[in-house]
Amino acid sequence: MKEPQIIVIGNGMVGYKFCEKLKSKSNHFKITVFGEEPRRAYDRVHLSEYFNGKTAEDLSLSKENWYQEQNITLYLNHPVTRIDRQLKKVYDGNGSAYDYDVLVFATGSGAFVPNIPGIEKEGVFVYRTIEDLDLISNYAKKAKTAAVIGGGLLGLEAAKALIDLGIDNTSIVEFAPRLMPRQIDAAGSDMLKSKLTDLGLQIHLNKNTTCIEGDENITALKFSDDTHLAIDMLVISAGIKPRDELAKACGIEVGARGGIVVDEKMQTNDPSVFAIGECALYDGMIYGLIAPGYEMAEVLAANLCEGDKSFTGFDMSTKLKLIGIDVASFGDNFITEPDCRTIIFENKHKGIYKRINVSNDGQYLLGGILIGDAAAYNLLLQTSVNRIILPEDPEELILGARGGNEAAGGAGITGLPDSALICSCEGVSKGDICSAVADGGCENIDDLKKCTKAGTGCGGCVPMVKDLMNYTLKAQGKYIKNVICEHFNYSRQELYDLIHIHSLKSYDEVLDAFGKNDGCEVCKPLVSSILASLWNEMILKKGNDVAQDSNDRFLANIQKGGSYSVVPRIPGGEITPEKLIVIGEVAKKYNLYTKITGGQRIDLFGAHLNDLPIIWEELIAAGFESGHAYGKGLRTVKSCVGSTWCRFGLHDSVSFAIEIEERYRGLRAPHKLKSAVSGCIRECAEAQSKDFGIIATEKGWNLYVCGNGGSKPQHALLLATDLDSETCIQYIDRFLMFYIRTADPLTRTATWLNKMEGGIDYLRNVIIKDSLGMATQWEKEMEGLIAAYKCEWKEAVENPAIRKRFSHFVNAPEEKDPTIEFVDMRGQKRTAEWKSV
Amino acid sequence: MTETTNNWLAACRVEDAAENGGVCIKHGEDQIALFYFTRRNEWYATQNECPHKKQMALSRGMIGSATDEPKVACPFHKKTFSLNTGECLSGDECAIKTYPVKVENGTVYIGTMPKS
Repeated sequence: MKEPQIIVIGNGMVGYKFCEKLKSKSNHFKITVFGEEPRRAYDRVHLSEYFNGKTAEDLSLSKENWYQEQNITLYLNHPVTRIDRQLKKVYDGNGSAYDYDVLVFATGSGAFVPNIPGIEKEGVFVYRTIEDLDLISNYAKKAKTAAVIGGGLLGLEAAKALIDLGIDNTSIVEFAPRLMPRQIDAAGSDMLKSKLTDLGLQIHLNKNTTCIEGDENITALKFSDDTHLAIDMLVISAGIKPRDELAKACGIEVGARGGIVVDEKMQTNDPSVFAIGECALYDGMIYGLIAPGYEMAEVLAANLCEGDKSFTGFDMSTKLKLIGIDVASFGDNFITEPDCRTIIFENKHKGIYKRINVSNDGQYLLGGILIGDAAAYNLLLQTSVNRIILPEDPEELILGARGGNEAAGGAGITGLPDSALICSCEGVSKGDICSAVADGGCENIDDLKKCTKAGTGCGGCVPMVKDLMNYTLKAQGKYIKNVICEHFNYSRQELYDLIHIHSLKSYDEVLDAFGKNDGCEVCKPLVSSILASLWNEMILKKGNDVAQDSNDRFLANIQKGGSYSVVPRIPGGEITPEKLIVIGEVAKKYNLYTKITGGQRIDLFGAHLNDLPIIWEELIAAGFESGHAYGKGLRTVKSCVGSTWCRFGLHDSVSFAIEIEERYRGLRAPHKLKSAVSGCIRECAEAQSKDFGIIATEKGWNLYVCGNGGSKPQHALLLATDLDSETCIQYIDRFLMFYIRTADPLTRTATWLNKMEGGIDYLRNVIIKDSLGMATQWEKEMEGLIAAYKCEWKEAVENPAIRKRFSHFVNAPEEKDPTIEFVDMRGQKRTAEWKSV
Repeated sequence: MTETTNNWLAACRVEDAAENGGVCIKHGEDQIALFYFTRRNEWYATQNECPHKKQMALSRGMIGSATDEPKVACPFHKKTFSLNTGECLSGDECAIKTYPVKVENGTVYIGTMPKS
């Protein structure tokens, strides 16, 4: 039998999801997709991230060859223009015909553009597709003031985009008396308005735009109350309009106010024709959210594969972050007394508004609104959807954990039934997640995402998915606390805080206070590193020498054969001829192999342990200091030559690199730290591969963080742009202290960030917006560390007790290790191969 | 008694040994690692060469314990060995020699006949 032909019109998120779901259920169909946009389906929910550096490809929902692999024919830039339902054919603009057995409308919606005089003028845009964004972004370059018509969800997103594009003077114009009229109430709107005003947005409510003024280009909006608002550009985001014109033209039934009428099977009045997503009108309602769209895709895909699913409406609860502000509504958000009892919490100082609507008998949660803090959203939503009996004092649900007791959260998820829908985008229930952990062997969030798809849509449920995972692991006795070793029953972060609070200064003190038995090669260097990070004292004092990793113990890198290498600091890679000569002379005198390192300095290899102090004495006398190549801490700050010589250079990258290297020299951290400064975007210093990298811009410096070379290269992410030198350093101070304080042992910044919940956005909040309120303390701590810096090699050679340890034989201090062997290579020595074992 | 049959090498003074760490003793062509486990008030001596890659390095390693077994970790690849028996605790076949140690009048002596 010939495989049934399915034609999907529309390659948006829902159209894509339908293909994915159908393919995962059956290979029995031949699918052809027509998209009018020039690119594969992309994530429209996170469209505004396009202005934060995400590319169209980043936003794409599928890999480039996905359709090919799935054997789906995809026509892009290829709208369907006509449908003949009698012949069961669709036609494109060239008049070519394509047969179908099943036709699926996934045409989505367009922007609803009100019929205001002057709407055709230059400078008026809609906010819907990547192409719209490109147009907006181009025009924004010459605009100083802008407005968005529409104070709903998309309108606020658009306003954020305009601010991101550098238009500080941006207004939001809303016809209704409040913002987000479908989601939040008047009090919530007031709170949101004051937060948005703080961010520099101007909010005009109750404004009916009557006319768009200007000759060719827009210059102002005129309102029904005869007031004006002068603007250079306008984005219209006044709602959506289902794309039903094709359906209408071929006689499919559509609603009076738009939308293709479907039943609970997504079927139209033609049994071979279906509609899903924002173009579909079910029970008189358009579902303008992604989760119900995906649910419709699931229903149709299942039924085509002989399933029996129905769409019966969908919970329109939403949670989103608008310009950094949490906004959420769930269940019956607007129900009022006497049909319910409301509990309202308002904190104008922090900009938090929470309202929950409780049934009159106090038993059930009916719905609610959260502004400013939506951490409780998932739990509240589940409590409401699953009709979980409320506790005696339901206000605790929104007043949060008081007295540091987080038991409420844990009890919350355990109280949910297995059927509770956790990820509404992908329709994943609590039971699915728990069994993927218990039976499917998923033990981390990435595995869990792959296995269940939970959290791969809007991502809002990820914290809850994580809690469920941990809860299930724990229940199985599998949960393993991330403790250091058998001697310390703490994580690194816990031990860091304990050592800090108790002002402990040596390994033995720490072991006595918080550990047991005798320690080992895991906890000793870890504690030593924390002590160094906290107090920056000479690491070989107070008996701490024997608690150092071997390289730190002798302030040099042990090499094959048992000799050591010596790396003097050469800040920014800048060195005078005189100093170069000194390095050459020292190398000659002590017969050392020399090599330029990747970090723009010079490594001297093959030093005997006994020779290290005298070598360093000579280097120090010539003005060198330790390069800390042996330590887990700041290594080098590379630089390109910058504006002092380079014809492209924008700023003096060498001077800035030197300033930074000298600021953080000697700083110890959970792992090594590398940095670089480039004088322009050509990036010759490769700053984007560093733990923190700086690139000059016309206006200042761009700061990148958490890059990594090594075995798993990772580009650094942009933390902040166009900073002056002082702010740049301030942010680096905070970044480094946050890292030092919270990273697991031997975790580079890249991995640290990868593990961080909330990722770069969270990090940006902590560093720039000081969301943890730690910035001042961290800056102070950093100042303390910088003030305490001393060259540890200088201290080592000047302290007889420490210097004494730099000999191979304690009973023959003058003799070097006779077993060290070197051989010749290209006119220098090298170490002999490992002896055969 | 072993004491009479062993040759005792006067290795160093107590104050020359590294507290909770190791030093290296020259014994003719041989090298012996001497550990002063102050925390347990115990002395240990082993061969200085790590059998894994034949490096003269054990005296520079960190000492500690695994449950109650005293051990040393080679600085090169962190193989660990029991200071009591010389057995490799990292699951390898190789073992190291251990020597008896005694302290008299502030001098540390190593018995040059290996225990193991």
